[in-house]
Amino acid sequence: MHNQTVTQLAAALKSGELSSREITAHYLQRIERLDGKLNSFISVTAEQALNGAEAADKARAAGDTHALAGIPLALKDIFCTKGVKTSCGSKMLDNFEAPYDATVVEKLSAAHTVSLGKTNMDEFAMGSSNENSHYGPVKNPWDLTAVPGGSSGGSAAAVAAGLVPAALGTDTGGSIRQPAAFCGITGLKPTYGRVSRFGMIAYASSLDQAGPMARSASDCAHLLNVIAGHDVRDSTCATRGVPDYTEQLNAPLSGLKIGLPKEYFGEGLNADVERAVREAVKVYESLGATVREVSLPHTHYAIPAYYVIAPAEASSNLSRYDGVRFGHRCEDPKDLIDLYTRTRAEGFGEEVKRRILIGTHTLSEGFFDAYYIKAQKVRRLIRQDFLDAFEDVDVLMGPAAPTTAFDLGAKKDPVSMYLQDIYTIAVNLAGIPGMSVPAGFVDGRPVGLQILGTHFAEAQLLNVAHQFQQATDWHLQRPALAEENA
Amino acid sequence: MQWETVIGLEVHVQLATRSKIFSGASTAFGSEPNTQASAVDLGLPGSLPVLNEQAVAMAVQFGLAVHAGIPEVSVFDRKNYFYPDLPKGYQTSQMYHPIVGPGEVEITLDDEVTKRIRIHHAHLEEDAGKSLHEDFQGMTGIDLNRAGTPLLEIVSEPDMRSAREAAAYLKAIHSIVTYLGISDGNMAEGSMRCDVNVSVRPKGQEAFGTRAEIKNVNSFRFVERAIAFEVERQIELIEDGGEVVQETRLFDPERDETRSMRTKEEANDYRYFPCPDLLPVVLDQAYLDHLKGQLPELPADKRARFQNELGLSAYDANVLSASREMAEFFEEAHQVCGDAKQAANWVQGELSGALNRENLGVVQSPVSAQQLGQLIKRVVDGTINGKAAKEVFQALWNGQGRDADEVIEAKGLKQVTDTGAIEAMIDEVIAENPAQVAQYRDAEPDKRGKMIGYFVGQVMKASRGTANPQQVNGLLKEKLDALR
Repeated sequence: MHNQTVTQLAAALKSGELSSREITAHYLQRIERLDGKLNSFISVTAEQALNGAEAADKARAAGDTHALAGIPLALKDIFCTKGVKTSCGSKMLDNFEAPYDATVVEKLSAAHTVSLGKTNMDEFAMGSSNENSHYGPVKNPWDLTAVPGGSSGGSAAAVAAGLVPAALGTDTGGSIRQPAAFCGITGLKPTYGRVSRFGMIAYASSLDQAGPMARSASDCAHLLNVIAGHDVRDSTCATRGVPDYTEQLNAPLSGLKIGLPKEYFGEGLNADVERAVREAVKVYESLGATVREVSLPHTHYAIPAYYVIAPAEASSNLSRYDGVRFGHRCEDPKDLIDLYTRTRAEGFGEEVKRRILIGTHTLSEGFFDAYYIKAQKVRRLIRQDFLDAFEDVDVLMGPAAPTTAFDLGAKKDPVSMYLQDIYTIAVNLAGIPGMSVPAGFVDGRPVGLQILGTHFAEAQLLNVAHQFQQATDWHLQRPALAEENA
Repeated sequence: MQWETVIGLEVHVQLATRSKIFSGASTAFGSEPNTQASAVDLGLPGSLPVLNEQAVAMAVQFGLAVHAGIPEVSVFDRKNYFYPDLPKGYQTSQMYHPIVGPGEVEITLDDEVTKRIRIHHAHLEEDAGKSLHEDFQGMTGIDLNRAGTPLLEIVSEPDMRSAREAAAYLKAIHSIVTYLGISDGNMAEGSMRCDVNVSVRPKGQEAFGTRAEIKNVNSFRFVERAIAFEVERQIELIEDGGEVVQETRLFDPERDETRSMRTKEEANDYRYFPCPDLLPVVLDQAYLDHLKGQLPELPADKRARFQNELGLSAYDANVLSASREMAEFFEEAHQVCGDAKQAANWVQGELSGALNRENLGVVQSPVSAQQLGQLIKRVVDGTINGKAAKEVFQALWNGQGRDADEVIEAKGLKQVTDTGAIEAMIDEVIAENPAQVAQYRDAEPDKRGKMIGYFVGQVMKASRGTANPQQVNGLLKEKLDALR
């Protein structure tokens, strides 16, 4: 059962072959038995899940036509859930329960999906390895000595290990696509504004975007159908209408124009990863696509620009964690400054502190123009690079990350960690959608093919990814852990 | 040395929106602490601001009223600092692209003297909560009801040269925002708060002196007092060989002085940057035209019309146009009675006196504009005389009678203008006062004018105040002078 996709499980639920209760109980058992090895969940809400499953079964019996009614899912612990702890991977929020559901959580509940719990993540979504969590690192199901990627590492590992059919993640600089690549699953970061950010704890507000992480492009399409759309509670959420993302999945790719940004195949890219990506592109050629090299000339400015803008926004977004109203508060503060300094010193981890310091510095008087304003200019140039490229080609392809999953503890230097996001970060700065799709293995660790489209081209990306998955079986490969029966 | 004072004001006006600037929570004043704070106002993780369009409309209305340019695009910025009553650790404000551009306000100093004060800009921002330091045994309580209340900060150019000008400017702003209905202007409840920038320079010098910013100046009176103290302090300091330092000072109304809060070196670095949770506000011409069409007649226009069309004095026009309520009351009374000068006198005299005695606003007046207008009409058409009118007013004030006519009827105050009736009364008075009549008769003609008052009083008394005093006067003179 746990090797089936959401699309398959939905069909079984619809035909009555399986009940939500059976499916939910099965996955809960797997979490209980296997997650000790992975640490992919922060909270498992078994009782609510089983109640939800029964409600979904009743709703289906009563004629509920939601495609995903009864499908179990997991939520990155960045989405606020009423009555269930939302920690954001931080000690600061270890005691925090939101009085509301995030908009995406509301939408998933309204569609009668069933949440199994909240997945582990890098603290406040800051990290590329899931080693920055207050709740300990997550292990990669393909190799327990490797990282799952980050920051949505818990969601990626849980899906890859068959602990849940699909999950939600968030992506600020690659946090859906890179862990999807490392864990051999399919992940989609939608266009900025496609999915509401209300109730999603902010890291960098102008870059954060929620998206689906699942076993196939078809699964991602089903999930995006539920979570996309305008929300009056998020002013930055797009008002544009939402298509049925499953409709275009089977469109033929003949005539598709693929661009390969030469900057994505340069120095620093692992040769075996490059080989796998180029093999994948050949598959597309066999499906009737044409391929050409393109250039995104400002690519090498993406990481510096990102590490000005994201920490600047984060330093401000994280100011509210002051020990006054909610979250961690230090013991016996002797005065106000003591309350602030000890609360924040104790509540935040190293990487979060590092980014708050960077952001506070770059926004400071005398530095603001040189850093923040300059970075915003670079951001516009990067966006223009993509828009120019999409004048000539339909989609861009390249690696999702320069290497496969690295070993736990291997990257001690923050800058080498930041370079992990070299192919993903520009996408967030430009606000365009991107996917990572399984495209092979290097030494038993998965490789992700990244596919990028222009703003609001999610349906096209999903079509392009789905056709690849009709022609290949990389996405069907399972780690040994997933083959184990609960 | 002759010194010149230079003053600029930052006025924070609380906008009278139903809900807060970025959340749906109510803005009502005086509720139990923390009962009007939503997730957004508390800065809960995951909460996001949504701009209140009513606040935007009110800010634009103000801009139009002060003839300011309204930029097509304005942007919200975050002002970052830590304080317990600032829930998010930043205040959402507008630093770089405010919603209202440069404009100007006309202030009236004496009856005839007006001056234009330029407005640098006005921007929208959210208010913080309140820290309560009493009643918590050494701890501090936080009330976030006020957090997120919309404020319009109106920043003037340093165009004022005296405390009196500053107070006049503040009154002009108060008058404009209450005319527009965008604020209740209640300074006691903090709906209007004021920071004052003050510096002095030798008269004739062009360069500005170093300024001090005085916070917490929250009444018209305090503005004058705070400036007076501060100007004296700065002049004394300089004349004693010292130097004014750029600093923020706090006005203490109890001690009538300003005290240093922090110097420039201690000032916060607020790390302003555009708020990524809010889109830029884009306003098109059609929207501005729509709001322009809805603007009421503003104080300056009203003042001019009162003078030019109704023939009121500059003083009357100024007083009556100062508040929208007063102006509307006057205009309604005028419409009913048809005599602007009489209406102006009654509103400023009898009515204002009575209101002040009982500490009431004009909207709470027990005598309505309709009632007052009718009363004045009866004076104008000669139905009652001035003395009787005061009695009618008092009766209406006390709720005795629906309108002037009813009171006049009930009290028999109708003026006697029948010559025969008055002559009969005069004859009676002459007959009853032979000694005074003799005195009058023997007096030199130039002394008689004074002496006639006694007889008028007697006749008025005999008529219980209803006789027409002019008639009484004329007839008496005729009759007395005819006596030989």
